Amino acid sequence: MTRLPEAERLCEQLAAELRPRIGPKSAMVGLYTGGAWLAERLHPMLGLKTPLGLMDIAFYRDDYAARGLKHDPKRTKIPFDVNGSELLLVDDVLYSGRTVRAAMNELFDYGRPASISLVVLVDRGGRQLPICAQHVGARVEVPPGMRLALKKQDSGTLTLALESERAT
Amino acid sequence: MQRNPQLNEKGELQHLLSIEGLPREILLQILDTAESFAGVTEREVKKVPLLRGKSVFNLFFEPSTRTRTTFEIAAKRLSADVINLNITVSSATKGESLLDTVANLSAMQADIFVVRHESSGAPFLIARHVKPHEHVINAGDGRHSHPTQGLLDLFTIRHYKKDFSGLTVAIVGDVLHSRVARSLIHGLTTLGAPEVRVIGPQTLLPAGVEALGVRVFHDMREGLADCDVVVMLRLQNERMRGALLPSAQEYFKHYGLTADKLALAKRDAIVMHPGPMNRGVEIDSTVADGPHSVILPQVTFGIAVRMAVMSIVAGN
Repeated sequence: MTRLPEAERLCEQLAAELRPRIGPKSAMVGLYTGGAWLAERLHPMLGLKTPLGLMDIAFYRDDYAARGLKHDPKRTKIPFDVNGSELLLVDDVLYSGRTVRAAMNELFDYGRPASISLVVLVDRGGRQLPICAQHVGARVEVPPGMRLALKKQDSGTLTLALESERAT
Repeated sequence: MQRNPQLNEKGELQHLLSIEGLPREILLQILDTAESFAGVTEREVKKVPLLRGKSVFNLFFEPSTRTRTTFEIAAKRLSADVINLNITVSSATKGESLLDTVANLSAMQADIFVVRHESSGAPFLIARHVKPHEHVINAGDGRHSHPTQGLLDLFTIRHYKKDFSGLTVAIVGDVLHSRVARSLIHGLTTLGAPEVRVIGPQTLLPAGVEALGVRVFHDMREGLADCDVVVMLRLQNERMRGALLPSAQEYFKHYGLTADKLALAKRDAIVMHPGPMNRGVEIDSTVADGPHSVILPQVTFGIAVRMAVMSIVAGN
């Protein structure tokens, strides 16, 4: 059984790592669902001046032809000007890199950011695209056939969990 | 039991032919997806790549400006290629059959057919004959159904009233000839609106309309009392000739929506109309342009709703 790191501790650690890099043009976008939870946590910890953006990349996925629109997409809300911003793109688990590719495409339909840095709670390897994260909470090996997911307890506590890939 | 012709073997939406018979979950899926697309239509770049490389054929056997245009905009915002065919001036007049027309377009690699036809059931016939990867969306068939209009009405109501429980909705006018009314009534009852009323003269209400779960009123003032939503239907001019009504002036006096009649509805009531409006026949200009009117937002929401329908069916 793989021992999973504590999500709450990784979140603190990421905040500490990001704090010195926050400037007047910094802004944050979290990806639904897990990345949005993490971003909702990090955003106040970093004292960002711009409101938090939340994004659902359903309309930019590369597997629409195979899977269709299976989940009801959430409404993307980017309540700041993306043009010229230094964006922190936040997700829970980095795996194939396809979600990040889709997210960058969607972001550019809002404007041209000065830069995008990728912040993830966990990197589980297995990249299928040339994408890497600038800020990583932990690297975790995930057994074949399993997926790593961020969960939010009723209390609001974030935890990492392994589940069977088939269950999704 | 025969399978619902709109759903695939997994119970997912494959064609949109009618609101009647669609489960609540699918109606909500469409409304929720449309909510996300409404966000896209507010951006500077109003386009997503979802239907890149797909072809949408607008097959209009009956004239329409608003519906055809909003379908076209919706398809373009999904990055699909759109081909508009105005069939009234095309093959049909040369004698080609409906299914031959569709087979030819299918040979041109169509993915979605958006169909408007004066005969009730025409989109169902097409849906039975298309290939598995092709999808049919009914854009109005005869007096039968106009599901995307019904859905955009539902979307508009939910947008302003948040949810359907506790709502009283009045549909006023020519229910008999209205495919919009039928679609909306089915949608409202499926989503749990507790009271749907139809208001109109006996000659313009279908016999046995109560069976759809609506309350019938012939007196507009009685019917509008305490309504949250007032949906006005277009009075088609040709009905005057059919001796169903004495005159437009007479109709306006009894069933035209004026500010003083609207005052009987709730203070925050919204007024809807599927368009095109006959000002001074079914609706007074002071109401159509007044603070309760959401007639133009309906048109805008129609784009997001049609984007949702196309992207859901094309993915199933």
